[in-house]
Order: sequence, then C-alpha cells, then structure tokens
Amino acid sequence: MLIAVIAALAVGTYAFRVTGVLLQDRLQLPPRIRHVLPPAAAALLGALAATAALTENGALAGVARPAGVLVGVLLAWRKAPFTAVVVTAAATTALLRFLGLP
Amino acid sequence: MRSVHRTTIVRDALAISVATGAVAISFGAIAVGSGLPPWSVVAMSVFIFAGGAQFMAVALIAAGNPLAAVLGGLLVNARHLPFGLAVADAVGPRWWQRLIGSHIVIDESVAFTLAQQDPRDRRLAFWTTGGLLFIFWNLGGLAGIALGSAVTDPAVLGLDAAFPAGLIALLLPSLKDRATREVALSGAALAVLTTPFLPAGLPVLLSLAGLLTLLIPRKPEKNEEAHVGTTGAPAC
Repeated sequence: MLIAVIAALAVGTYAFRVTGVLLQDRLQLPPRIRHVLPPAAAALLGALAATAALTENGALAGVARPAGVLVGVLLAWRKAPFTAVVVTAAATTALLRFLGLP
Repeated sequence: MRSVHRTTIVRDALAISVATGAVAISFGAIAVGSGLPPWSVVAMSVFIFAGGAQFMAVALIAAGNPLAAVLGGLLVNARHLPFGLAVADAVGPRWWQRLIGSHIVIDESVAFTLAQQDPRDRRLAFWTTGGLLFIFWNLGGLAGIALGSAVTDPAVLGLDAAFPAGLIALLLPSLKDRATREVALSGAALAVLTTPFLPAGLPVLLSLAGLLTLLIPRKPEKNEEAHVGTTGAPAC
C-alpha cells in the first residue's frame, strides 16, 4: 500500500515535470504562447510565496511569519544579498515567536 | 564581473538549499514520528522530491487515507508542468539532460532560473539550485530520520519564513515589468483569497488566471516604481 502511494506520486510528479520540459520543443510553441510562460511561472511562484507567507492549513497564519517575510522582502527591495534576506526573515520570525507572538 | 555574478548564483543557491535542508530534517523526523518506515521516507525524498506534497502525503497516510495522499499530492504537484515549460531552455538540449533535469524542476530552481537573463546563467542557476537542493533535501531527510523526536520544531527557528521570503526576493526583478507584475500579484491575491475554500494545490494553480490581466487593453507604460509588499495581500 505504502509503496503504491509513493510510486504513484513519484511517477505522477515526474510525468508533470518531464511533460513540461519536453512539450517546449515538441510543440514548437508559437511566440505568443512562449511569451506568456515567464509571467505564468511568476504567477505560480507568487501564489506559492503568498500562500506560504500568509496561510497555514487553509486559515490565516499568525503574525510572526508574515512579519518575518515582510522584513525579508524589504531587505530584498533595498538590494540586500539573498542570503541576508533569507536569514533575516527567519531570524525575525524566530524572534517574534520567542517574544510570544503567534 | 561575469564570474562574480556566477559565484553569487552558486552562493545564493547554496543558501536556499541549506535552509531547505533544515526543513527536510523536520520532514524526516515528522515522517518517522508518524510511524512511517525509514525506507519509505527516503524513497519519498529521492523519487517524489517535492516538499509540499511529501508533508501532505505523510499526514494523509498517517490518517489512513492513502488515496487522498495520491490525489492531493498530484494536485499540489501539477504546477510542475508549467514550470517545466518555463525552464526547458535552461535544462539543456541533450536527452539525458532533459531526463535528469526534469526531476529537479522544483519551485526554487524555477525561481532562480527566472531571475537570470543570460542563457548560460539560466543553465547554471537551474542545475546548481536543483542539484544542491536535491542533495540537501535528501541529506536533511536522513538526518531527520536518525534524530527522530530529538529534532526541534523548525517554527522555533522561523524557517517557515525563509521559503516565501526567498521566493519573493527572486521574483522582485521580474516584477519590475508591469505586465508580469499584474499577472503575478493578481494571481497571488486570487490564490490567498481562495485558500480557505479550496483543496491544497488548487489555489496555486488558479493563480494562472492572473494571465487574464494581459488581455486588458492599456495605455502606454509610464515610469512606475516596482510594487513591493507581501505579495497577494488581500488589499491588492
């Protein structure tokens, strides 16, 4: 049972990935569609980031995580190095939680 | 300058991989803590290699609902098809590059690739981020299995803020383009607003509806400042 679940997820996930990669040259996508791919990926990544920052199990996340993410984004906006963005976001969230915020 | 830029790509890829590896430690610990045998936890990280779906699968298997684990996991992972389309050029032309590279198409490698313009930088960003992430995700998983309940809750370290902050940092340059910004922000807002009502995975896919903003007729672009904020805040 367990092995079937893992196999189904592994095969299915790889199928999504390889289909996307191979479709690109098999289909010879017209330029208009090709042009839409970067914004499409940006929308998916933005949605992933926003839901990861703001929600938890389908409800709003507490205060600590969104605040940490916001501090990280502000640093990124001010052209701080990527490592500093990631570390400061985590540290801010950790500190706020240590202070008792949800 | 060029080599400095390439060193930065590798260093940043390493940073996000280490943070993800720390999350993998908690995945391994939670999975064995839920009663899954260690081999299955290793198999998930090697062969599925998608954090969100793996956490979800562990919870649903432990709850005795394997069918939901498969269907839910596939829904969460469907985004990898458009991701594959978007980074196919960076994966490389040879068949073995496409077969192996496909497996490391994942949120972080896509975000790093999108942040680069030059074809060689895109390839470096894709393979370095995907490769390092695969290594750290699996090493972290092994460490979590070994440490078990001794692992600290990653929330204490604030690691749950690292992933969204890193993703948004990588997206910021492409958000300077107004069309991309409108697509991404409206898509992200739609995903956040529908999250309470839809099964996991679907809200993120629904963000593709943000592409509809490209159909809105518009006046020529004036100079604008990049709109920054916690992407997708309901106010947008």
